[in-house]
Amino acid sequence: MFRIRLGLKFASSNIGFMNTEILSRIQFAFTIAFHYIYPPLSIGLGVVMVIMEGLYLRTRKPIYEQMTRFWIRIFALIFGIGVATGIVMEFEFGTNWAVYSRYVGDIFGSALAAEGIFAFALESGFLGILIFGWNRVSPRVHFFATLMVALGSMFSAIWIVVANSWQQTPAGYRIEGEGMKARAVITDFWEMVFNPSSIDRLSHVIIGAFLAGSFLVLSVNAYYILRNRHLAIAKSGFKIALVVATVSALMQLFTGHRSADIVARHQPAKLAAFEGHYDSLAVADMYLMGWVDNKTQKVTGISIPAGLSFLIHQDFKAPVRGLNAFKKEDRPSGVNFVFQTYHLMVAIGITLIGLTTLASFLWWRGKLFEQRWLLHIFAWAVLLPQAANQLGWYSAEVGRQPWVVYNLLRTSDALSQSLKAEQVIFSLIMFTWVYALLFVLFLYLLNKKIKHGFMGYDEMIPEYSKRDNPLLK
Amino acid sequence: METILGLNLATWWFLVIGGVFSGYAILDGFDLGAGALHLFFNKEESRRKALNAIGPVWDGNEVWLVIGGGALFAGFPVVYATIFSAFYEPFMVFLITLIFRAISIEFRSKEPMLWWRKGWDISYSVSSIILTLSLGLILGNIIQGIALDQNFIYKGTLADFFNPYAVLIAFTTLSLFMMHGAIYLVMKTENRLYAKLTIIVKNTTIFFVVMFSITSVITLLFVPHMAERYEEVPYMFAFPVLAILAVVNITRQIAKRKYRYAFMSSAVVTALLMVLVAVGLFPNIILSSINSAYSITVHNGSSTDKSLKIILLFAVIGVPIVATYTTFVFWTFRGKVKLDDASY
Repeated sequence: MFRIRLGLKFASSNIGFMNTEILSRIQFAFTIAFHYIYPPLSIGLGVVMVIMEGLYLRTRKPIYEQMTRFWIRIFALIFGIGVATGIVMEFEFGTNWAVYSRYVGDIFGSALAAEGIFAFALESGFLGILIFGWNRVSPRVHFFATLMVALGSMFSAIWIVVANSWQQTPAGYRIEGEGMKARAVITDFWEMVFNPSSIDRLSHVIIGAFLAGSFLVLSVNAYYILRNRHLAIAKSGFKIALVVATVSALMQLFTGHRSADIVARHQPAKLAAFEGHYDSLAVADMYLMGWVDNKTQKVTGISIPAGLSFLIHQDFKAPVRGLNAFKKEDRPSGVNFVFQTYHLMVAIGITLIGLTTLASFLWWRGKLFEQRWLLHIFAWAVLLPQAANQLGWYSAEVGRQPWVVYNLLRTSDALSQSLKAEQVIFSLIMFTWVYALLFVLFLYLLNKKIKHGFMGYDEMIPEYSKRDNPLLK
Repeated sequence: METILGLNLATWWFLVIGGVFSGYAILDGFDLGAGALHLFFNKEESRRKALNAIGPVWDGNEVWLVIGGGALFAGFPVVYATIFSAFYEPFMVFLITLIFRAISIEFRSKEPMLWWRKGWDISYSVSSIILTLSLGLILGNIIQGIALDQNFIYKGTLADFFNPYAVLIAFTTLSLFMMHGAIYLVMKTENRLYAKLTIIVKNTTIFFVVMFSITSVITLLFVPHMAERYEEVPYMFAFPVLAILAVVNITRQIAKRKYRYAFMSSAVVTALLMVLVAVGLFPNIILSSINSAYSITVHNGSSTDKSLKIILLFAVIGVPIVATYTTFVFWTFRGKVKLDDASY
């Protein structure tokens, strides 16, 4: 009896300001993580579709038309869910993070407005032609629409990553007012856009998206090849995606290194958390894998001695500032979480390089499609870049804590002041239900479209090809 | 303070946002209205036709909401932060219902079972009604003002949100969208469904005219600040007069069965009602019911002139592009609905 009463007391006292903050963070993390399944896929698919349709325009071979049209149908599905979950993100700043919204509105707002007006409008505008326009516009106009949709989805990423990068490495602003009325105002738009981390983080994000999209194409085509369906189209599509995937996987090594470099220079506490490096000023190891103990401040695992020192300073003897160099309230608390997500992301990145270069080598030797085990791996490997994208964001955003705008605004200060924990519990439960339903819908429709496969050439004749194909005129 | 043609930049942005939200109300208004009427159609084929009438355009219509939200955040971050945190539950219900409605539209056609389709029909229609009512409730609260303290923090409760005036505005909005949606559907259909819709158009128009009249009287009696501006600047009276003329024109065009003109008129009515609200509020955006000195205005709620100049430039380039593509999509899918294998 006593225990139960104690428990209840604990629960009710817990519903305070702290709790609202943590619940809001959970809600934001949940909704953004769910949203982020889709935009990388549409960005990556956009590029693959442009290549496929470009090949069709040059060669006029029906297999390129078939694969383009198949992927456009998948793209439409992914884009639709991306929009639905994206609208939530746009308003969640205001609902849960009102102080933050007031603080960054002058800066963040213009990036968000640019995203809405230019990128999103471009995408949605040409999407209509992309999906419904096969027999209404000429092939050239259609290709142009595909190009615009692909560009639009990348523009979206540009503005969103610019805004996020500004939070990590603020530039081109000054602070006006004090206390509750304090806010950052823009002094130089281009300095804001090209803040120190924009370019490197953007390239890392975009290439991560290329990997997500191309691995989806690889996966579906590997599935068809294994099932002996649509062999000619599937093999051709697999090769196109493999080129994109291999180039992207290799480039990701470069952009990843650059991004870590920027973190080292501008967010040293985050970098220290990446490697679980606590000592204030000591040579730092680089771990391949490990486990951080927050209490003993030690990492157990496999490491390259002084690896981090070398990576940052190109000197095995150079010291690196550790977490203890920062005040306790100024450094991330979830060090092991940041460590694990970061290292898993890196491990997946290396795996993707291994997979794609091996497949490319086998292709060069003319043995690619004989390796059924490799195709089995590719059929499932679609989950890898997705996981890496998610993990990368977890480490970037949790590593940024306790700041929402680095060194300027704390996450705990950014919350809506009128918000109560019960309200967030209510919305969190609703989001969980509806997103679960949405995810089921997505998998169901995706599976249905994949099972249906490429449309036969006969099916398409009444629409598009008749006009272009001289033999059918 | 910088000005363009005698108006300061914040006022220009107020006009841009007013334009975008009017565009949203006109466009999403008819597909929400069509959704609200959905259960009045009994036959499967009628329901499919009604759904496919909005099929190619409904998600494009929601783009205007996305742009409106971004525009509010960019130009009036204080307003954006205040209303979305003040009306937390209503906005969450709104966002979640928005997704749920999209799910209903997409799921419905995927299986042929009767119970399946009926279930999604109901959820589609109910979510359309909830969305419309919550938009109206939010508007009703904005017209009256809300309990803001000197730091623009909301001090009211959820119960305040459902005050009688806001509920009245919510049902007026529902009546407007139902009429607007019915006129849209009648333009897009033929034969028996068309015949049925002509009756629905009449009934919803009566519903709207009644609600419009009640709201006008109640507003003049109980929300006097909405009329102040019209007394100060008499030529502003042109707007309410035009609104009434446009409402009369809807009934006239419906009687003549010129539904295209009736649709244009109901679009104009929607826009003019937004103008009436904007004129009544200006220069306030969110009135404080605690103390009018705590209200958020275009001056104390806006971004800096530098930021406003950047986004105004964006708008000058971007809005015509959005308008062009919207027109293009509607033009591409003009005419009566024909069901084919690509339909819902």
